Amino acid sequence: MNLIACHECDLVNRIPPLPRRAAARCVRCGGVLLRSKPDSVDRTIALTLAGIVLFLVACSFPFLSMENAGIVQETALFTGIYNLYKQKMVPLATLVLITCVLVPLAQMLGLLYVMIPLKRNRPARHTARVFRIYLHLKPWGLMEVYLIGILVALVKLGKMATIVPGLSVIAFGLLVFVLAGAYTALDPHLVWERLGG
Amino acid sequence: MSAKQLGLVGCHDCHLLSRQQRLASGQAAYCPRCGATLHLRKPNSIARTWALLTAAFIFYIPANVLPITVTSSLGSKQSDTIMSGVIYFLLHGSPEIAVVIFTASIFIPICKLVVMAYLLVSVQRNSRWRPRDRTQLYRVVEGIGRWSMVDIYVVTILVALVKLGFFADIEAGPAALYFAAVVVISMLAAQSFDPRLIWDAMEEKHE
Repeated sequence: MNLIACHECDLVNRIPPLPRRAAARCVRCGGVLLRSKPDSVDRTIALTLAGIVLFLVACSFPFLSMENAGIVQETALFTGIYNLYKQKMVPLATLVLITCVLVPLAQMLGLLYVMIPLKRNRPARHTARVFRIYLHLKPWGLMEVYLIGILVALVKLGKMATIVPGLSVIAFGLLVFVLAGAYTALDPHLVWERLGG
Repeated sequence: MSAKQLGLVGCHDCHLLSRQQRLASGQAAYCPRCGATLHLRKPNSIARTWALLTAAFIFYIPANVLPITVTSSLGSKQSDTIMSGVIYFLLHGSPEIAVVIFTASIFIPICKLVVMAYLLVSVQRNSRWRPRDRTQLYRVVEGIGRWSMVDIYVVTILVALVKLGFFADIEAGPAALYFAAVVVISMLAAQSFDPRLIWDAMEEKHE
């Protein structure tokens, strides 16, 4: 038996061992307390490694190209950020850089730092701190929102010119799903239990 | 029974239950498992959330009045606000995009401000009305806030593609900055609100 206080209404719930793929909800407010996740560590590592590869592809190939009257103009993932910076919109450029590039990268590296030693049952130093930072970064990774932004921009410019999506956009789109998968596979409760306590 | 009534504190980060300790002022308790600072409830939740909410509301005005993009083509300049962009899409045959932008940039932010203000007032008045539904309302509002950022990203991509363009040049307008501030500040407001305050009122009456 596990005692967990619901972080949404503070009711203390008793939780029996969960069957595979089950979730325990708070009896009072319905908030999810715990979810059992099969092969959590292996799946999280695999998906995060895939994420790193996709991230590198997204950074190094053409993002979107615009074709108009025979002239092709290519952009990279960072072109928009750089142009905002040149237009003296430094806070805006920084915000986009943080939410769409730095946070997802930090999350993937942090997750690997925590999970790979955990798999060998030898947690790395500062694991608790790194994992807490990872959890706090979660709301600030906004890649999936950026993906919708790409779609809107494509429709907006589609009438003026032909837009050709590059390899980078495809990698970026896949990355959104792979990261969502890694987060779904991750079982924070398991990590904390392995760290003792 | 709630953890508070049992004299226990649940850790915000790893959810471990610890015994509540008596602290002198200036002292803090830390979670023995993950090292996070322990709070019975998020500190100054109501005051902080009100402050952030007010700031977001103030920024919401210039975000909608000032231009978010400035397009110059062949010597003529055109400024677009968020709403004029929505109207443009509506009139030029992309109603679905108009709906996306209207929802993300106008509807969600104002909904979020109104709902958060309502939740704060209900907590301050010790309301006992439908706590489960109010908690659900909070979950929804906290979850959808991030999607408001979509307009900022659209501007970023437009600026990347049309810069150095042959027929037009798009620059981000001042509203982009204010709008980004609205989204970030209201996300912080949602995070600083503690939904357990909704349920504390339910317990006081039972004692």
